[in-house]
Amino acid sequence: MSNKKWWLVALVFCLVLATISPLASSSPDGLEKVAEDKGFIGFAGESPFEIVADYAFPGIENEAVATILAGWLGTLLLFTITYGLARLIKSRREGVATR
Amino acid sequence: MHIPDGFLNTATVVATGVVSVGGVANAVRIANKKLGEKHIPMMGILAAFIFAAQMLNFPVAGGTSGHVIGAALVAILLGPWAAVIIMSVVLFAQCLIFQDGGLLALGANIFNMGIVAGFGAYYIYRIMGSLLGDSSRSKLVAGFIAAWASVLLASIACAIELAISGTSPLLVVLPAMAGVHALIGIGEGLVTVAVVSVVLSTRADLLKLNRI
Repeated sequence: MSNKKWWLVALVFCLVLATISPLASSSPDGLEKVAEDKGFIGFAGESPFEIVADYAFPGIENEAVATILAGWLGTLLLFTITYGLARLIKSRREGVATR
Repeated sequence: MHIPDGFLNTATVVATGVVSVGGVANAVRIANKKLGEKHIPMMGILAAFIFAAQMLNFPVAGGTSGHVIGAALVAILLGPWAAVIIMSVVLFAQCLIFQDGGLLALGANIFNMGIVAGFGAYYIYRIMGSLLGDSSRSKLVAGFIAAWASVLLASIACAIELAISGTSPLLVVLPAMAGVHALIGIGEGLVTVAVVSVVLSTRADLLKLNRI
């Protein structure tokens, strides 16, 4: 498998993971459960704004579809932002070095 | 383990915020010196993987779920400062776009799941590696232990912050957090080992990249 194809397969695999996210457990996570049990969950504040709150794409009635869309959005966004950031961090050095 | 706003007092928010800003700045400085061409797609893929994997909460005992952190995987494949960068980007996006983790608590979340988990995993992996040897199998055993421990360490850091903030007494919150995350850490260990072994068998060259 060529290197380029390997990266593509890896990214598709991440999107597949995001696609099965509606199957995830909806139980509270470790910190939430401890906060409930030990009586401090009420301290949690609301966010001043909501964009894709609770990993559900807004305006989509079907919960599973909303979760999958949020998952795809986040997966592609994180790949793009981190790839771009890494390239930016590297390119600034090269810019200095060639001067 | 994303801390929402309201759990931490101002002093803890400021202290963890200052440490995390300093940590991220240093991580960028080090990455600027060491980042190679092959690191770039790897960093993008790992961030995408961690985001997707964190959506997949798996059940653990007693009506509780857990999800991977991912810092250990990055620390093993790319090094601890790369883990700080990637975890910061993931946590920043989760906080700003997905309202997971508080805005003010972002510094604490980067500290726990980026710095503590990343450096904890990195050094435990290296120590275990030097004890167990350099075979593929010992790499996987070391990876499992490092990943498991990274979750435990992050949960202990989180518990200490909650106690310092006066949210819950240390003797209450520490055993509760450490106990449940000792279980969640098993999932982290299994996922980390699975990904490392796939990379080992398909692109072993990626395990030889310079550590950042």
